[in-house]
Amino acid sequence: MNKMTSETQRAQRLLLDALKTPEKLPTLPPADWELLLRVARRVRLLGRLESDLSRSGLLASIPPRAAAHLKAARNVIEHRNTLVRWEVNRILWALKSIKTPLILLKGAAYLLAELPPARGRIFADLDLLIPEERIGEVEERLLECGWFKTQIDPYDDRYYRVWMHEIPPLRHRERGTEIDIHHRLLPRTSRLKSDPASLFMAARPLTHPRLRVLAPADMVLHSLVHLFLEGDPDEGLRLRDLVDVHDLLCHFGQEPGFWAGLTPRARELGFGRPLFYGLHHAQRLLGTQIPSVVLQELEDAAPAWPVRHLMNHLIHLALLPGHPDHPSSLATFSRWLLYVRAHWLRMPTNLLSRHLAHKTWLRFRGARKRIDLAQLDLKQQ
Amino acid sequence: MIVGDLSRRELGERIAGPGLALQFGPFNLRIRSNLKSFASLAYQLYEPYPLPGTESIIDFHVQIASPRGLRQWMRPQACFAIDGQAPFAPYAVEHAFPALEWGINWCVATRAHHLLLLHSAVIERNGQAMLFPAAPGDGKSTLCTALIHSGWRLMSDEFGLVRPTDGMLLPVPRLIPLKNESIEVIRRFRPEAIIGPAFYGTRKGTVAHVRPPADSIERAQEPARPRWFVFPRWIANAPLALEPMSKSQAFLMVATNAFNYEVLDETAFQLVADMVRSSDCYSLSYSNLDEAIAALDELSRAIDE
Repeated sequence: MNKMTSETQRAQRLLLDALKTPEKLPTLPPADWELLLRVARRVRLLGRLESDLSRSGLLASIPPRAAAHLKAARNVIEHRNTLVRWEVNRILWALKSIKTPLILLKGAAYLLAELPPARGRIFADLDLLIPEERIGEVEERLLECGWFKTQIDPYDDRYYRVWMHEIPPLRHRERGTEIDIHHRLLPRTSRLKSDPASLFMAARPLTHPRLRVLAPADMVLHSLVHLFLEGDPDEGLRLRDLVDVHDLLCHFGQEPGFWAGLTPRARELGFGRPLFYGLHHAQRLLGTQIPSVVLQELEDAAPAWPVRHLMNHLIHLALLPGHPDHPSSLATFSRWLLYVRAHWLRMPTNLLSRHLAHKTWLRFRGARKRIDLAQLDLKQQ
Repeated sequence: MIVGDLSRRELGERIAGPGLALQFGPFNLRIRSNLKSFASLAYQLYEPYPLPGTESIIDFHVQIASPRGLRQWMRPQACFAIDGQAPFAPYAVEHAFPALEWGINWCVATRAHHLLLLHSAVIERNGQAMLFPAAPGDGKSTLCTALIHSGWRLMSDEFGLVRPTDGMLLPVPRLIPLKNESIEVIRRFRPEAIIGPAFYGTRKGTVAHVRPPADSIERAQEPARPRWFVFPRWIANAPLALEPMSKSQAFLMVATNAFNYEVLDETAFQLVADMVRSSDCYSLSYSNLDEAIAALDELSRAIDE
């Protein structure tokens, strides 16, 4: 076995062990801490480690230099949480005359519903789900109240509005926070046909009468859909999303009827396959306790054996961060393949080829990918 | 052990191989580069910096390297990378050194949120620190360089690092990047100052790096208590004016000029309020360095008596 492979495996083992058994972290030697901090930062799980250690009172038992990195991550996360709570407050104020329920998605939902994945979790944008027929008035109202449309070219604007599941992001003029307004969980053009109407019916209320979050099963499924179908070729599949799923399953798994309803709901929404992959990898990487009857139920959602084998391999490679000093071209290739797969599922072939042709043309003309400095800074946590 | 204890060959091998581990105040770095020009500059400018112990955790793994491929023959470039990721567009290879120095500052500014990061030069005498919070172009680096070659200790040229637990300032005595006319001003003012080569046409004009005096680097683990805030402004031909400033104004100027005031939220408010309350605050306009130094020396003498 060459050095690259063994170093990569060491990095991945450190990360997974830290997530599964944080109580053992105080015995970690400094060299291992150094590598753990680097890989945990890459997948944005520093805050998670901080939270695990601080709630078991172990922060003082780790090297002070490591504790400083974790404390820094915690400070940024607490600041982002304050910003997001305030942004939700401002959105409610701006939309007070529009009588539509607002469903918070992902990070903001976990935070405001006080769910376990919110713990030590960093997130950049605020995601909302509202009925499609209300999008026009909501967008108009927000534009009147201080938000603006971020600069995108007409092609991208059309791409969002005609094909996607969300409208182009809105950003607040003074606060700079970005909101993504969705009307469904997957692009209109997606090969997975999913009707959003039942999401609204099942949504659960929060203390504020206007705010809702997705029902438990829907929340898990959305997180998985996001994990497998919103890939990023550089970042790969976000391990953070799988940790969210793990937390949600542990939490909602205690509710009566949750496990019995999960698979039927996944089938109803057309998300059987992402659920199959998600449960498999949560169990394998994070040791999530999943009733065996649920796994058996999902067997027929799995693809044929060779595809299943290949996909499991690719997902594993794309989920886990590599060693920062020994990048693996196989992992890079897997991330790219899964990104292509996600795009393939996003839209029909003729549309995809048109879209790719347009993007290639832009690249050929030398248009640079926009670098968002605020996002870049956030990724340092 | 310091960088100067390594032979030139050892240093070159570390930089090209596993990386040169260095200690800049509270931060441990590992620097790698495949550029020959970089190793010789590092040997000259990093010579007095300590090496962290072999058991210490490295905070930032950075690299300044020329990408392989056709580029290296046509118009060679240098890429700054941290943990194997390149956050910025490549630089011309001649600007590799300033690019790395700037990149390291970026790492501190975006990652060290366990500390309050004021945008300020900090110097010290008799355990008491003087801060120069200033916007770029106000001459903070020039004044700071002149003072650290006139009996003050350099704590930092760029970051006022405030430790939240006790409000102490932590030194981070890095190289001082002088820009444009300042380079000649300091060369004339203190010919003995160690200044690296000038890099022309960088994103910030001409830049040359001053190596802090050895004493400042040796005492890089020695914190100090804030005692004065001085808001400097260099104005051509202006007479010297050192005027007391109201604490409320000083508070606003410090708080709005920090890198991460919002991130630290209430803690930041408390820290800045305490610092300003226990410090004397002045605005300084000057055109002559000797006069400015004499006036600031006078402040520190007044306390001793």
